[in-house]
Amino acid sequence: MDFTFDEDQTALRDSVSRFLMTEATPELLREIADSGDAGWRRLRSKMAEQGLSTMSVPEAYGGLGLGDIDWAPMTQELGYYAIPDALADTAYLAAAMLSRLDAAHALAARWLPRIAAGSASIALAHPVNPWVADARAADLVLWAQPAAGGLELHAIEPGALQVSALRSIDASRQLAGVSATTGAATRVLDGAQAQPLWDETLDRAAVSAAGQLVGLAQRMLDLSVDYVAQRKQFGKPIGSFQAVKHHLADVATRIEFARPVLYRAALALARGDANRAALASHAKLAAADAAWIAARKGIQVHGAMGYTWEVDLQLFMKRAWALDAAWGDRGFHKSRLAAALAGDDALLGPAATLASG
Amino acid sequence: MDLEFTAEQRAFRAEARAWLRAHVPAAPLPSYDTREGFEQHRAWEATLAAGGWSSVIWPKALGGRGADLIEWLIFEEEYHAADAPMRVNQNGILLLGPTLMEFGTPEQKARFLPRMARCDDMWAQGWSEPNAGSDMAAISSRALRAEGGDSYVLNGQKTWSTRALFANWLFGLFRSDPQSSRHHGLTYLLVPLDAPGITIRPIKALNGKQAFAEVFFDDVRVSTANRIGDEGQGWNVAMATAGFERGLLLRSPARFQRTAQRLVQLYRRHREQADRDPAIRDAVLKSWMDAEAYNLASYHTVCRLAKGAKVGAEASTNKIFWSELDLLMHETAMRILGARGELADDPEVHDWLEGFLFAQAGPIYAGTNEIQRNIIAERMLGLPKS
Repeated sequence: MDFTFDEDQTALRDSVSRFLMTEATPELLREIADSGDAGWRRLRSKMAEQGLSTMSVPEAYGGLGLGDIDWAPMTQELGYYAIPDALADTAYLAAAMLSRLDAAHALAARWLPRIAAGSASIALAHPVNPWVADARAADLVLWAQPAAGGLELHAIEPGALQVSALRSIDASRQLAGVSATTGAATRVLDGAQAQPLWDETLDRAAVSAAGQLVGLAQRMLDLSVDYVAQRKQFGKPIGSFQAVKHHLADVATRIEFARPVLYRAALALARGDANRAALASHAKLAAADAAWIAARKGIQVHGAMGYTWEVDLQLFMKRAWALDAAWGDRGFHKSRLAAALAGDDALLGPAATLASG
Repeated sequence: MDLEFTAEQRAFRAEARAWLRAHVPAAPLPSYDTREGFEQHRAWEATLAAGGWSSVIWPKALGGRGADLIEWLIFEEEYHAADAPMRVNQNGILLLGPTLMEFGTPEQKARFLPRMARCDDMWAQGWSEPNAGSDMAAISSRALRAEGGDSYVLNGQKTWSTRALFANWLFGLFRSDPQSSRHHGLTYLLVPLDAPGITIRPIKALNGKQAFAEVFFDDVRVSTANRIGDEGQGWNVAMATAGFERGLLLRSPARFQRTAQRLVQLYRRHREQADRDPAIRDAVLKSWMDAEAYNLASYHTVCRLAKGAKVGAEASTNKIFWSELDLLMHETAMRILGARGELADDPEVHDWLEGFLFAQAGPIYAGTNEIQRNIIAERMLGLPKS
């Protein structure tokens, strides 16, 4: 029993955090929001140099072969620095999905090395999301096509994709409504084979979003702490007033109890636990809650400044609001959890979810 | 990251489970806030001690098992899964016990700890006073050196002393230097409650039972042999064991997971009635999630401690989290029960109602949640003091 991260995992997180602190500044986020691709491409290639895109790629394809547990600290860093969706979608979700294919599969052989090299951007189109993030710049879309036998997996390249841009309140999210011409030529796996893979990918995506939401919550808390420590009223820092302190203590508490839930869900993915779906939903809900409260309390303690475009808080609030419903909104995840709790006693009682492997 | 229990941990769990199965009383005991119920709970503590289970984390030489905190979590899981009785002497075992182990003389340890483990002595707390609640450093009860010097003379009043009516000893802080203020000049003393000059006046709690008491001291003589640590150092002695472990040990996650399990089962039994209020399903889900989160956070922290990490003010988030969770679960149960919820003797209602009343106290005792929020803001987030 060791419900902690090892030294390698901690060191990797620290180095990524230091790198993003320098490179993924709020100024760059604003540049990406204003002018789109140029800033993002620059950041993406730097992240590739750092090895971020190689994490989930199997060693045979030039990657590090890391998994869900390694990603749980990493998605928090991506959230903390509000890194656009394409990084996690490509380097984590798509890489994990392609790695599940037969090792010799042409799709894996073609795309995994490019992910490792940081030269591919892959988007995922799944029915739980009505639109697709970063579809326009994607080199490939992993497409879930509903069919009688379940969700099929199709590989859609830009030529077969019709996209219409949608503007998100979070300017870092390059959203699009998409349609594609699917057929035997694009089909990678039929429904019977692909459905379990899509189920796993959906849970992984929810946990990825959860990690980013926890990171966003922490960033909004840190920004708020900095602000209330320097902003003075009545001759003192407003952070010395209990009403302000208590807002932020509540945020810290929600984050403190969302993080271990995220880690348990990551373990469930890594181990293939039978209750994986319920634990992933729990992680998404707990993280969304922490981020939502961090945004609400964060803007409150920033006062009128929090309502401005100028103060950086808005970048992180908007991303948190957008991710709240990404990869399953609250209704979706609560329904899944309610079904799990109605089903049997496996999730109930002291140590229940710890024990089930 | 590894969630598999070791062979030793599994054996520990099996041993605890088997012992509890053989010894937990078949019928629930009467409330420990009544004389009859208290005596039965005291007898249960003696049974636990005879089996070596009264405090698993105490050293073996003192009647414990020398268990680590993971084993303690395991024991608590088995204890609550078995619906074993509430623990009546936790103030002694969790608060005074560790303090004695750290600061007590060998004579004090031998004199008090084995009797505490068996509940031969029942310990009451002597911290709060009428004018020293959240502001504990405002303590004004005095313990002045008597002529001749080998005893103190106590005068003043303590209050909110849980189960003091049934206790025979009290531990607490007294002002030994009348010129001192705040946390200086306080001394940690152990006081026999049958000493001349002590008056105990019960206070009825919300449930109508005499759950706590005021304790009055009128020229009460206490030997200097009953002092823990040095004179004037009482604050530091009391605070040294006030850290994370105390915060966690006070309320194990298993307790709340068991309540969450009962809540989900209650909701399932009354689904049709409950769902007329659309907020109930959400509250049941949140109850389950937060009980799970508290459990996972406890394992996470205990494993970090085992690897040598320091845990500081994060402990204050625990108190807020479990006390609000306990309220939520009991409020939700009361709403599911609906109009029946006020029927105190209804067998399905009784425990929920008692728990609902007790949950009201959670955000208040052991440091109000407002004080905990101040601690989080100042020591964890680094915000300036007011």
